Amino acid sequence: MRSFTYERATDARAAVAAVSRPGAKFISGGTNLLDLMKLEVERPSHLVDISRLPLRGIEELPDGGVRIGAQAANSDTAADVLVRSRYPVLSQALVAGASGQLRNKASIGGNLLQRTRCPYFYDTAADCNKREPSSGCSAIGGFNRIHAILGASGACIATHPSDMAVAMAVLGAHVELLGADGSARRVAVTDFHRLPGDTPHVETVLEPREMITGVVLPPPPPGRQLYRKVRDRASYEFALVSVAVIVATERGVISGARVAFGGVAHKPWRSVEAEAALIGRPAAMATYRVAAEAAMRGAVGQGQNDFKIELAVRTLCRTLADAIQGR
Amino acid sequence: MVIGQALNRVDGPLKVAGRATYAYEHWDDGPPLYGFIVGATIGIGRITRIDTSRAERSPGVQLVMTHHDAPAQGSPDLSIPFEYWRAYPVLSSPDVHHYGEPVALVVATTFEQARAAAALVDLEYAGGSGSYDFAACVDQAYAPDNLIFGILPTDTAVGDLDAGFDSAPVRIDERYTTPYELSQPMEPHACLVVPDGEDLIVYVSTQIVDAARASIASTLRIDPERIHIITPYVGGGFGSKLRIHSETILAVFAARALRRPVKLALTRQQIFHLTGVRPTSSQRVRLGAQRDGRLVAIAHEVTMHTNRHSEYIEPTATTTRGLYAAPHRLTRTWLTPLDLPRGEDVRAPGEAPGLLAVESAMDELAHAVGMDPVELRIRNEPTVDPERGVPFSDRHLVDCLREGARRFDWERRPATPASVREGQWLVGYGMAAAIRGHFQAPTTGRVRLAADGTAAVQSDMTDIGTGTYTILTQVAADGLGLPPGRVRVELGRSEYPVSMGSGGSWGAANSSTAVHRACEALREKLVTTARNDARSALHGLDPAGAEFSGGRVSIGGVSEALSEIVARNHPEGVEAEGETLAMTDDPNYRDYALHTYGAHFAEVGVDADTAEIRLRRMLGVFSVGRVLNAKTARSQLIGGMIWGLGAALEEEAVVDPRSGAFVNRDLAQYMVPVHADAVEVDAVVLDGFDDKANVLGAKGLGELGICGAGAAVANAVFNATGVRVRDFPITLEKVLPGLPPMED
Repeated sequence: MRSFTYERATDARAAVAAVSRPGAKFISGGTNLLDLMKLEVERPSHLVDISRLPLRGIEELPDGGVRIGAQAANSDTAADVLVRSRYPVLSQALVAGASGQLRNKASIGGNLLQRTRCPYFYDTAADCNKREPSSGCSAIGGFNRIHAILGASGACIATHPSDMAVAMAVLGAHVELLGADGSARRVAVTDFHRLPGDTPHVETVLEPREMITGVVLPPPPPGRQLYRKVRDRASYEFALVSVAVIVATERGVISGARVAFGGVAHKPWRSVEAEAALIGRPAAMATYRVAAEAAMRGAVGQGQNDFKIELAVRTLCRTLADAIQGR
Repeated sequence: MVIGQALNRVDGPLKVAGRATYAYEHWDDGPPLYGFIVGATIGIGRITRIDTSRAERSPGVQLVMTHHDAPAQGSPDLSIPFEYWRAYPVLSSPDVHHYGEPVALVVATTFEQARAAAALVDLEYAGGSGSYDFAACVDQAYAPDNLIFGILPTDTAVGDLDAGFDSAPVRIDERYTTPYELSQPMEPHACLVVPDGEDLIVYVSTQIVDAARASIASTLRIDPERIHIITPYVGGGFGSKLRIHSETILAVFAARALRRPVKLALTRQQIFHLTGVRPTSSQRVRLGAQRDGRLVAIAHEVTMHTNRHSEYIEPTATTTRGLYAAPHRLTRTWLTPLDLPRGEDVRAPGEAPGLLAVESAMDELAHAVGMDPVELRIRNEPTVDPERGVPFSDRHLVDCLREGARRFDWERRPATPASVREGQWLVGYGMAAAIRGHFQAPTTGRVRLAADGTAAVQSDMTDIGTGTYTILTQVAADGLGLPPGRVRVELGRSEYPVSMGSGGSWGAANSSTAVHRACEALREKLVTTARNDARSALHGLDPAGAEFSGGRVSIGGVSEALSEIVARNHPEGVEAEGETLAMTDDPNYRDYALHTYGAHFAEVGVDADTAEIRLRRMLGVFSVGRVLNAKTARSQLIGGMIWGLGAALEEEAVVDPRSGAFVNRDLAQYMVPVHADAVEVDAVVLDGFDDKANVLGAKGLGELGICGAGAAVANAVFNATGVRVRDFPITLEKVLPGLPPMED
């Protein structure tokens, strides 16, 4: 039996100290980590449970933003009045994810750190550079219907599965981190996850023993927010493609636009190209199409997922049109 | 009359309270050891080296077994028509025949120890080059010599298909493909084996007790009487538990070797490689018709995969044999040998994939001739079985079609495809016919009446979640005139009278008929006893007019409690057995064509931009003879319909053609419908009684719900979008290219 030890952290400083043990890992809701441990994909020797740290609060900030504690449950965050009123795109993204039971258990910090759902990552008999560096990538040339079309590398074509992070990307959220030495820092959520490059096993900019303590949302930008998730079945499935938008218009012209995609890359994919192609242009399907095609410039299919490129284009167009028309 | 009522499941309270004990949950025999199977990580080849030393040194490990030290085993006896009774050798050679095949067994004190040690078994292989890609290997297909299930021919022909088809003014000639599918019951394949002297007590999740016993016995080459099967509750089977698999055989090996109880369950991931899979198929359907839609030719030619070493023929081409009238007919079956897990029965083997193809083709014909699809089917309704020429026993397909159309408001169907849009949704209606053969198999049931006036029904029949306990309670209650609360049903033990278990939708009719006959025999005994009993109020009365009701038997105006008759004459209780014949011994199967029927109606919305397909509502109307329990019948039919929905839109086990492994082997990636996919699904059963089927007039319905359900959904997708997808499942990327341009 692969034994591991377990401790429950009493405060944040103690947690980052405790995780300095070799082979130690944080555990929060455990909705992904425990599955991975059963499959021997993750093999920690020590678990530091941070789920009961006093990091569950959702509080309004003086500047009109909101800070969400890293241990707040996905379901509590989605239902929060502040979140629903100011950041509906975040609430929509959260409830689009997983199932009710999982959302009750999963935390905001853990959601950011969930691993890819590439089936080869979960199969210890398959090659996977993310699981076993330098072993190869079975998804390339294999079953890759759900894989990345943007930002992938010859080492890895996995996607980041979070819905929540896509909404956070358009909201300009920052991730609050507590370092092993007690120092705190903030990283933009769009800089938090890395592209795979040659090191797909390094998924974020987290330093060793750093812990997520919260997510800060700046005051919402003007405009309508909308999250749209496309999938094979009506619930309980990761996105084939998802889109988060915040878009504002003045007299039929787009005055503000933020666009991010999920299910297409190793990280939530904010598209400044699409945003640039929208702002100052008439709010019309032709504009959306140009913007969506700008977003997909450089997109590469792997065969089975080629359809995702056109699907992402169409999904963005529809989501922009719906947001602008208040649907 | 209790039969037919929507009686709640008599085992329901036990199940919701967690007191119905499943195979893996038995603890009475002391702490068990736990087994874990090590599966091959190649698709074909040979083990060249196994080092078990690290695993053996791992904490808690009691045994590591490989082909080097597995006991000698019997081979499958191919003369046994139903393969579930045949031997199932495991770890019998260093050869690997498919990905995931067991190459070692680890047994340890805890499950976690066994699983961890399993990862420490070092294996080296000499890999061969396997054939895993069905489409690339169809040219290697062969025509099988064997009958399907030992009874059905693989190929049939009537008239001159080619001439008939060529002369038809309207011709549909299309190819449809269906994917690998797996049963994936909620309870995994699991067992606990307890050695008891030279005997073995086997708690196992299985559909047919007698087959489990026979398969274990012939694998071990021991007397079947030494094996005692116990399976009171089974958490779904859908064909995948018709036979026992490697988990049971390996647990038996370990329990015998260690003289300890051993538990073994497959993980969800292992189920994908270590049970049976519905073969992938490529089906060519040819329909030749007059311009009025009347068929003159119908051909159904199917090529499917089979494991190279374990031939399985799904009766897919048989689907059209009794469905529609046409003078020129052909059905044909080929098998493409691959190095993949073996094919086995998955719910409605044959009809489920077959009707996806044929009922899609009928929709194409309706479109081609400009006919309402319901009317097209009615126009082709046969008066006698179109292949065999014998009458139907009790055919109400047209009634199902008309009643379904009425209830569904079918006349609201858009006659032109892609013509209705509601907001983002392209809306379409589709329908399909359902047909499924009704089978019968030898089954014995025993009914015992105790001196307290309660009855016990005993059979080795299983309840796989279908409601067997409940319907047999109802049958015995009516059979003896007892309230249902005074009937106790005991199932799933090999010391009980032998049944053919649950499978092929025959369990309900087989076992109900046997129990009904047992009740008849018991009634006969009781009235005879009373007549000859000087102390009975019924002494000397003519038993011909005896009536059983309320726990009493009455003749003329005189009555006596059953309990009194039994207490006086049989204080130990009195019992009788009843039987159901094999269909081969029942002349009705020679003289009539016996089927169940139905009609499915579906309304879907297809997202005009993303091609996401969502069911809006679905209705099935069925004819199954007499219904034994309205509630369990409806539940089964709805479950089948939802599976059909999944087969149409979601379900597919994907093979990696480089390794021969199923890639998407968990229920997050092997997609089946969730509740949100099936919000409004209803099933209606027409009143009926098929007097050619059996004395109760009842036929099986467990598989009928899935038959044709997927085709109704597929046809609705066509009606909504004008896009015809012939490669199942209909995932959005197959529809996306045919969508209209986007609108503001």
